[in-house]
Amino acid sequence: MSAQRSARRRAKDALLGYALVLPSLVVFGVFVFYPFVKNFSLALHRTPPFPGLPKKYVGLDQVKDVLSSSEFHKSLRITIEFVMLTVPVGIVLGLLLAVLAHKQLRGMGIYRTIFSSTVATSVAAASVIFWTLFNPQIGLVTYWMGRSGDLGVLEDPKTALIAVAVTTVWQNIGLSFILMSAGLQGVPDDLYEAAAVDGADGARRFWHVTLPMLSPTLFFSAVVGSIMAFQAFGQIDILTRGGPDDATNVLVYSIYEDVFRAGNDGVAAVKAIALFVIVLILTIVQLRVAERRVSYAR
Amino acid sequence: MRLAGRYLLLSVLALIVLFPIYITVVNSLLRPDQIASRPPGLFPTDPQWGAYKEAWEGGHIGRYMLNSAIVTTGIMVGQVLLAILAAYAFAFLEFPGRGFLFVVFLTTMMIPFEVVFFTNYQTIADLGLLNTYGGLILPFLATGFGAFLLRQAFLTVPGELRDAAALDGYGHWRFLWRVAVPLARPTVAALSVFAFLSAWGQYLWPLIVTDDDRARTVQVGLAQLRREALNDINVTFAGVVLASIPLVILLLAFQRQLVRGLTAGAVKG
Repeated sequence: MSAQRSARRRAKDALLGYALVLPSLVVFGVFVFYPFVKNFSLALHRTPPFPGLPKKYVGLDQVKDVLSSSEFHKSLRITIEFVMLTVPVGIVLGLLLAVLAHKQLRGMGIYRTIFSSTVATSVAAASVIFWTLFNPQIGLVTYWMGRSGDLGVLEDPKTALIAVAVTTVWQNIGLSFILMSAGLQGVPDDLYEAAAVDGADGARRFWHVTLPMLSPTLFFSAVVGSIMAFQAFGQIDILTRGGPDDATNVLVYSIYEDVFRAGNDGVAAVKAIALFVIVLILTIVQLRVAERRVSYAR
Repeated sequence: MRLAGRYLLLSVLALIVLFPIYITVVNSLLRPDQIASRPPGLFPTDPQWGAYKEAWEGGHIGRYMLNSAIVTTGIMVGQVLLAILAAYAFAFLEFPGRGFLFVVFLTTMMIPFEVVFFTNYQTIADLGLLNTYGGLILPFLATGFGAFLLRQAFLTVPGELRDAAALDGYGHWRFLWRVAVPLARPTVAALSVFAFLSAWGQYLWPLIVTDDDRARTVQVGLAQLRREALNDINVTFAGVVLASIPLVILLLAFQRQLVRGLTAGAVKG
């Protein structure tokens, strides 16, 4: 009797389990896995030159064409440049602010709130603000650089990507500061005391205690920051629309243009798969290192 | 002396970080000719509040903020609810394929939205949901990250509590809402604040699935305001200030939860 009852109970529990995960699974199925798999089919079919004609199966031809095209190489190079321009600077700035504001001193709460404040901006708000700052007629940055009336920094292919990067770094300062501060809080005080007893001064304590103890946070921020930078879109769309002369045409922006300007989702799918592979590699590196660290801790 | 130096450095850095925000507020209170004048005015001697009314009504920022509020709330509530349900199943129920399904949830974290957005656009268009709240909300209802975090929180609920609840005749549903969720409240709060922050700031998706005022969100509205309000740039600045108010409130009122949400991965990593 009771065995029967517990069997029935187990069946009921299992049914409830499926029912509870089902809503999420449906959303994932429709909006994550289906479009993900669809990319591979899109990549194997060429979009016809005129709408209305059937798509043509071309095997890996399109994949090879896109991956070997100079347009794709340029876009990938610009994206990597953008990552290099934003991620290291963002981490160093966040770390600097966090270290300075870490001491328990009078008024530190105000500084912490200020340094976190850019979290309350959005990509679009930050981009609109910096667009006006960079504007050749009314922009203060151009005015202070003595470039008023000249070619604006956003119109100059040599400076446009840097300007987009500055906007991005500023918008992410709050996040970087918060992450670094949380990391600093995880460093035990007795390590500093021990270092002080050993006669280490401030700079030595920073290099030999803070930095090593913070390495997991730094590493995590570098990987997550890179993944975020590889996905950048809003600041490009608002500041430069990929220009001038494709100087800021990062990967996601070029995917957007392929689909919504050129109507070519085949080419877009190949680039999207490339973006996925890049993010996947970064994620795996992050997981591997985190795993190794866990086993050290034991 | 070294203390004074530290404060000086902190203050200079604070000024640099704050400057773009400060100049935005100032410019929203200046007349366009004052903004363009050289040397620039850095202080509103005669604040003009008209730009706010113009942004709210003429620039449709009022309507866009309402749209954003509805969409953001929908995403936040949906994400947290669906994550709670799934996390409960993964933490407390046994069923064949549980481990596999959990891996499926984790896998979704490796597929960025930027890889799938154009096919999702087609799906939403096929469903007839362009320019609707549903079209803006649906793709973001489920979160692998949220389900993962909440499962971790649920796993810390002591076994004795479950036994005691079972003795009291609590079924799963009552145990979930009366015991498990209240105990996981810090995680639920962090997840909610994080969901709000990211949903409010979305740009790419609302840009492509809305092309009129019915559902357009405030972030896209800001970009539009900048394009259209060239002659009265102060209105654009007022729009930026208005659109940032909800996030400022979020930051001030839920700083702790926000920090928890943002660092959820980092502290473990």
